[in-house]
Amino acid sequence: MATMTYREAIREAHREALSSDPRVFLMGEDVGRYGGVFAVSLGMAEEFGEERIRDTPLSEVGFVGAGVGAASAGMRPIVEVMTVNFSLLAMDQIVNGAATLRHMSGGQLSVPLVIRMATGAGKQVAAQHSHSFENWYAHVPGLRVAAPATVHDARFMLKAALADPDPVILFEHVLLYNMSGEVEELAGPVDLRRAAIRRAGDDVSLITYGGSLPKVLEAAEHLASGGIDAEVVDLRALRPLDLETILSSVRKTHRAVVVDEGWHTGSLAGEISARIAEDALYDLDAPVERICSAEAPVPYPHHLEQAALPKVDEIAAAAKRRVGSDG
Amino acid sequence: MSGGPSVRAGPEGAAERAAGTSGDSAQGAGRRGRPPAHPYFAGTDEEKARGLFQLVGEDGAAHPLVDAMPRALARDLYRGMVRIRVIDARMMALQRQGRIGFYGEALGQEAAVVGSAAATQPEDWLVPALREAGAGLYRGMPLDAYVAQIFGNDRDVSRGRQMPCHPCDRDTNYVVMSSCVASQIPHAVGIAHAMTVEGRGGRMCIGYMGDGGTSTSDFHAALNFAGVLQAPVVLACQNNQWAISTPGEAQTAAETIALKGLGYGLESLRVDGNDVMAVYVATRYAAQKARAGGGPTFLEFLTYRVSAHSSSDDPSRYRDETITEAWRTRRDPIQRARALLEGRGWLSPSEDDALWAELEEEIRAAVGVHERAGQPALDSLFEDVYEQPTWLLREQRELLNAKGA
Repeated sequence: MATMTYREAIREAHREALSSDPRVFLMGEDVGRYGGVFAVSLGMAEEFGEERIRDTPLSEVGFVGAGVGAASAGMRPIVEVMTVNFSLLAMDQIVNGAATLRHMSGGQLSVPLVIRMATGAGKQVAAQHSHSFENWYAHVPGLRVAAPATVHDARFMLKAALADPDPVILFEHVLLYNMSGEVEELAGPVDLRRAAIRRAGDDVSLITYGGSLPKVLEAAEHLASGGIDAEVVDLRALRPLDLETILSSVRKTHRAVVVDEGWHTGSLAGEISARIAEDALYDLDAPVERICSAEAPVPYPHHLEQAALPKVDEIAAAAKRRVGSDG
Repeated sequence: MSGGPSVRAGPEGAAERAAGTSGDSAQGAGRRGRPPAHPYFAGTDEEKARGLFQLVGEDGAAHPLVDAMPRALARDLYRGMVRIRVIDARMMALQRQGRIGFYGEALGQEAAVVGSAAATQPEDWLVPALREAGAGLYRGMPLDAYVAQIFGNDRDVSRGRQMPCHPCDRDTNYVVMSSCVASQIPHAVGIAHAMTVEGRGGRMCIGYMGDGGTSTSDFHAALNFAGVLQAPVVLACQNNQWAISTPGEAQTAAETIALKGLGYGLESLRVDGNDVMAVYVATRYAAQKARAGGGPTFLEFLTYRVSAHSSSDDPSRYRDETITEAWRTRRDPIQRARALLEGRGWLSPSEDDALWAELEEEIRAAVGVHERAGQPALDSLFEDVYEQPTWLLREQRELLNAKGA
């Protein structure tokens, strides 16, 4: 076991990929000499050269579009989009381009492109840096979407993404970069099809992903001290969802709370709730509850930003309501 | 070399290479490629971007550079243009009869399509816009593949997934066009950059757009990236002066489109797009330069959309068709090439008649086969979304089959 930060784990994953496959290169804004705005690629330009750790002009359309082209021509590019907010400038390239080329060409083309982007709020950088649009991409056939929520997954998800013959989007929550954790050395790639049970329990399923996982685990500890045994499901894969793991947890606990930093309406949490209703309604002892973000652009002031986001006590309270033990 | 009565297609510039005049090797071309020996290329960057490179006038009079061109190449180019015109005419007729759903013809733009395609080599990649299918055909995309795609039948290698005029032929490095105008040119730059990353030189990628495409953010991004990355790419704009109903002057305040390319630091050439020889020579220069590591070039082919935008459009509603008439007649690229060939004794009227008849028969036969072919299987809806179907797709396939049962 090695201890490292989430940021270091992603960096290690890049170093491994760049060392083992000459087709892999990283491009994006400030990823080279500067080392990335989240310092993920710090030192990599010196190690691998500026050709493979490529600073690009400031244009999401440009580097995502070039990534689509390079991937279709046989490379394994990794594109870093600074945040999901800015990825909307390249959404056509991702949705109409990367996601559709295999199908539209009858399988003649493939786009094995990995797009990494930071997501989420909590750093007081206001709406245009803080949104969570994972569900927008998780809506799109042709894309595989995943979110590492642990240091271990941060270390071994990139390998799986690069091995995938289709475009993969990896969402890195901004509040996780400094998180430390243990990494099993020599582990295999993360299975991008499988969710992970981060805490086993019998009373209620807390289903979440990405930056909300630490909050949910904290809520689960709080619940445990009050005698409620929560199971925590980390989705990992946002498209396609690991429905099997979600449903088997719900069938065991008979209660579900879905925690998702996206906005309530049209959220990934909504899709998960609908799936539970379609496939496991009669296993439920209580309605599904969703904890999502306030339906307003994420504000700058600390107290308003915190008020807008899913909170530990709110998650715990929802679980108690579902279990019926909130007095 | 072809000397017989039948004008053979030169899908891979075979005739030209056989004649030993291609000069397409990196070694031969030097770092920047040799500019053609023509006064246009002696101009400043700005003069080139404002001027117009032409080798053959509307009367068929030719610059001496044309004298050095092999007869077989000239005949190949002519054949390639006639082939597009014949195919397009047939397809537009089918569309009017309701036998195919949509078509976008290249009427009046055949020289830009064929002249540029002829300057590519098989290992180059081609990223088309709407009117470059003829470039794919010239490079060896089988006519059967093209027609099957238009019918979207079960012989279509794209499996019926795309609307007509959007073929993809991986075997000849011809990428499916994007309906999101100009979104394909960043791909062209990326494909070219991949060639650099791979470290196997001597190849390039040509990406096309129309004049409307030059207003998009993708155009800006692609040209900017091409310049910064010094990618082995040729970005070619078919300036046909109309983006559906929007004329060039409503598209940009730039004096020429080539000047835009210059703004990104790209050598930018403005070429008479109805002069197939000029298009060929300019593109060959740009392609050689790219393959030799000399970086990107932007080409503006000045032409005119004689046809409607597509089968869904009626241009008489928004433009003066007397202007169109001039482009349809005295500026027509095929007439100009024919005048050149006939003037040099490279093509006789009877050979010309035979060529048109042969190509009409070729497309007639292909339509006959593909109109009768079967449809893609219902199950194929769920294939090629991912390399392997996900559980979601398997679930939906089962649901569809259950409904059908």
